[in-house]
Amino acid sequence: MRHILSVLIENEAGALSRVTGLFSARGYNIDSLTVQTTEDPTLSRMTIVTHGSDDVIEQITKQLNKLIEVVKVIDLNEADHIERELMLIKVRATGKDRDEMKRMADIFRGRIIDVTEKTYTIELTGTGEKLDAFIKALDPAVILETVRTGASGIARGERVLKI
Amino acid sequence: MEHLSGAEIVTRCLQEEGVEFVFGYPGGAVLEIYDAIFRQEKFKHVLVRHEQAAVHAADAYSRSSDQVGVALVTSGPGATNALTGIATAYMDSIPMVVISGQVGTSAIGLDAFQEVDMVGCSRPIVKHNFLVKDVRDLATAFKKAFYIAKTGRPGPVVIDIPKDVTINKCAFEYPESVSIRSYNPPSKGHPGQIKKAAQLLAEAKRPYIYVGGGAVQGGAGAQVTELVRLLGVPCTNTLMGLGALDGTDPNFVGMLGMHGTYEANLAMQYCDVLIAIGARFDDRVISVPNQFLSNPKRIVHIDVDPSSIAKRVKVDVPIVGDVKHVLTDLIAVLKEGNQRPHPDALANWWKQINEWRKPDCLLYTPSTELIKPQAVVQKLWEITNGEAIVTSDVGQHQMWAAQYYKFRRPKQWINSGGLGTMGFGLPAAMGAQLANPDAQVACITGEGSIQMNIQELSTCKQYHTPVKVLSLNNRYLGMVRQWQEFFYGTRYSESYMDALPDFVKIAEAYGHVGFKIENPADVEPVLKEAFSPALKERLVFMDFRTDPSENVFPMIQNGKGLNQMDLPPHMRGLQQVPFENNRDYGNLC
Ligand SMILES: Cc1ncc(C[n+]2csc(CCOP(=O)(O)OP(=O)(O)O)c2C)c(N)n1
Repeated sequence: MRHILSVLIENEAGALSRVTGLFSARGYNIDSLTVQTTEDPTLSRMTIVTHGSDDVIEQITKQLNKLIEVVKVIDLNEADHIERELMLIKVRATGKDRDEMKRMADIFRGRIIDVTEKTYTIELTGTGEKLDAFIKALDPAVILETVRTGASGIARGERVLKI
Repeated sequence: MEHLSGAEIVTRCLQEEGVEFVFGYPGGAVLEIYDAIFRQEKFKHVLVRHEQAAVHAADAYSRSSDQVGVALVTSGPGATNALTGIATAYMDSIPMVVISGQVGTSAIGLDAFQEVDMVGCSRPIVKHNFLVKDVRDLATAFKKAFYIAKTGRPGPVVIDIPKDVTINKCAFEYPESVSIRSYNPPSKGHPGQIKKAAQLLAEAKRPYIYVGGGAVQGGAGAQVTELVRLLGVPCTNTLMGLGALDGTDPNFVGMLGMHGTYEANLAMQYCDVLIAIGARFDDRVISVPNQFLSNPKRIVHIDVDPSSIAKRVKVDVPIVGDVKHVLTDLIAVLKEGNQRPHPDALANWWKQINEWRKPDCLLYTPSTELIKPQAVVQKLWEITNGEAIVTSDVGQHQMWAAQYYKFRRPKQWINSGGLGTMGFGLPAAMGAQLANPDAQVACITGEGSIQMNIQELSTCKQYHTPVKVLSLNNRYLGMVRQWQEFFYGTRYSESYMDALPDFVKIAEAYGHVGFKIENPADVEPVLKEAFSPALKERLVFMDFRTDPSENVFPMIQNGKGLNQMDLPPHMRGLQQVPFENNRDYGNLC
């Protein structure tokens, strides 16, 4: 099953490679990983999307907790949570396609953030599925480049991940 | 406040930690540190002949004492040579601090001479590591390193120090304490879980205690013994746990696992309540989990490392905590509630175990012509009264050492269980001897393994470590030969050791005493001489020419269950001993 792990980790050099090294050394999957410092500059927060059986996820969580720099790990799947991913997508937009492209972006609540004579660059946020859906809705021939961040997640309601 | 150079800070930190010995090898990146070592007198430095040996020696120094082992190596090749030693210590959870030199901070990342990314190289095989880029962080890094190495589940910690950091100066103050917000090793176990464990034990009809290296490392030997005596329950030790319970204790049923005893393995398979103490259900112990669990049993697992619990098998009562604390509490609960397994059920269980014991799976055919390796170990045990500290290398001799030397106490048996590192034995013996100058230290090795770090005979000479080396020389990479015999149609591909050196001459060349023993009748006299007062101060190398065809039994082949052992010749046919799992024990409980 797909799980989304949220990890608070000391903001130290090498901490990220310890996490990724752990995944590769033990044969776990990373579907996506996002990381940035938090409001407390000594802490970073990672969102790791992974998949595996309950046993595997339990081991991943335990092994992550074993890393000296890891302060806290939660599995966001255990309760309601919100996920967002950012995509920047550059598309060919010429002639009558230009209007069509604009309309599509609007439908998906995307924003055109860069324009040239022949291209649009669209910013889109949402769940991974939504971004997938947008890509699917386009003619593959018009897609010039995509870049996606991977999911970031946070628990709904009062539940917080803090030390 | 004193202003010290980084190198001086290094030596001061080691002094503050009460370090007695540092095992190491110099080089450009650590010359400042070596200079500071020269200018101090509190701890001694042992110059090994290969960095791998420095780490093994530090490791065994720790394993045979209550200290943190310390090794010091230079950058690049010094650091990479140390990696096998570090991985060995990591697999066996040994507290250790390895200091490695690094090229200057301004050269890092530029492929400088003798640069290697030590933090990157060692990451998967350390508990933690540091690259200290600022001299002001050095003291804290040391404090943290020692704290991390020895608390919780112990392990090696690497401190990588660039050369300029050893030169730069700053005010020195050793932190009194350290707290790492993200690191809180557990101590006490959960009282509710401990109660549950006591309850399970009291309900058990076929209880079994399974003790691993965690009990040895966690200093819980006395508690294990008390628990076993209190309950009168059979107990097995893993290869790493040997000595946790006295090997001559009547409740001890021998080591278990791939080369464990018949009775220990069958008890493991057929018990109904299993208490695992500081043991991790290693694949060499339980073989394949589904076979192991084919006989339903309730499992209590006590371990300081939560990730060891439920890693390979499902556990009914997990107890995370320091084994010593948890066992103390468990014993108290059992005593308080007067909870014991039912005596009749237990008597039946013992009856079954004694039946399994009867054929004596460790029996071997003695010979007057060929030296039997088992006999050498048995004699060693007799002559040293079972009191020697024994290190071993890896192979058949290691298993015979584990099977035939009955270890009396924890920290007496020192071997590379997790990684299985050939070349471990001699440097380990050196480290153990330095930690225990008055002890008899024996290194049981093979002609293959000893040649992986034989240069340490030189170190032994320099530092007067009079270890007794017993090489069970079968002219084969014996364990490899055994597998080839069993699984590869006796095609002995590259397991034959041709062109063996004259080990007596080698020993003598290094300034030691050497004996070559070819006749079984000479085994005892030579061992007696080696351990006699006359040779007390001398390293004695004994080259026993053993029966080359001898194999280690029992053996569990990969993928087989604990009740599917290959047995020694005199027990063939017994193999499928049916255990009446559902045998009616009456209304005992
Ligand atoms: C560094 C290393 N290389 C290879 C092995 C694989 N290996 C395990 S046992 C063994 C043979 C050991 O031979 P020897 O030391 O002569 O001992 P014996 O088995 O004959 O007692 C080998 C090669 C190992 N454990 N470690």
